[in-house]
Amino acid sequence: MSIPGDWYLILASALFALGAFGLLVRRNVLVMFMCIELMLNAANLTFVTFSRMLGDIGGQALVFFVLVVAAAEVVVGLGIVVAIFRRRSSATADDLHILKG
Amino acid sequence: MSGILTAAVHPTIPDLITFIVAGLMVLAGAVGVILSRNPVHSALSLVLTLFGIAVLFIAQQAEFLAAVQVIVYAGAIVVLFLFVIMFLGVDKRENIESDPLRGQRPLAVVLMVVVLAAVIALGVNAHWATGVHHLVGRTGTPASNTARLGRSVFTTYLFAFEATAGLLVIAVVGAVVLARRPPESTGEADLEESEALGTGSDADGELGDGSAAALPEAAAAADESAEGMAPAGSEPA
Repeated sequence: MSIPGDWYLILASALFALGAFGLLVRRNVLVMFMCIELMLNAANLTFVTFSRMLGDIGGQALVFFVLVVAAAEVVVGLGIVVAIFRRRSSATADDLHILKG
Repeated sequence: MSGILTAAVHPTIPDLITFIVAGLMVLAGAVGVILSRNPVHSALSLVLTLFGIAVLFIAQQAEFLAAVQVIVYAGAIVVLFLFVIMFLGVDKRENIESDPLRGQRPLAVVLMVVVLAAVIALGVNAHWATGVHHLVGRTGTPASNTARLGRSVFTTYLFAFEATAGLLVIAVVGAVVLARRPPESTGEADLEESEALGTGSDADGELGDGSAAALPEAAAAADESAEGMAPAGSEPA
């Protein structure tokens, strides 16, 4: 018998919590992006686990789309980081307080 | 298939070892991403996590997604991260001991624990997975996983697939527009801007550790260059 699905779900929730913690704590914008990737991967693991538990291919199809959205998000996000770095010569989230009105 | 939903299953030893090793890879990589001072080390820890997730995908009969995970995430996205890190030159140690917002870290720990407990409590209450079995289509054997996933994506999810294509085109165009230099600053203002940025990064390098002290200078330099750019942009108009 293979591993029960709830073990995977607990692992995925731990990974999601770690990603959320890193996103809240770190100041470097690039590391914050990596923490978002951790949270997306936790969601992907949850989808695949539900797909196995329910014997349904729909969860895996959804992971496929999450991958695409993650790739697009990283491309646009890193473009924004490069554009900000060109003006401010730093990649720290705190330096963006100039954006406030 | 209903046996998986019940808690009283006993996994075999190879399955158990695979799950524990891959799970430790995932969690160790995540901790490494958060605790590394150097962004390059964070990116490499992210690769560890992504490989662990790919192993867990294979353990759950999602072979195609495991391959895509390695190719797209570890192959493309992490390389993009590393490229931007090297391109911007932020691959130096940063100070993560200081806590600029007082009490932020204890609050983050509390929030993390609360979220984790809430998700696990919800899962236990809901018996982890409820719902209709085989709604969209069966997962199939390991050999037929890719075929079934492809059939599902190109029939049931065809509209979402086409929307995905549009999203990718928009992302590419947006990235080009964002990363391109503004066309107004091609003259001497551009030279001035690059000089100002150069002095800013020099000061950064002299002070060493990446450093709050260098920031006012860099900010002043950026302000200067912005002022220098404004007349150059407004004259032709």
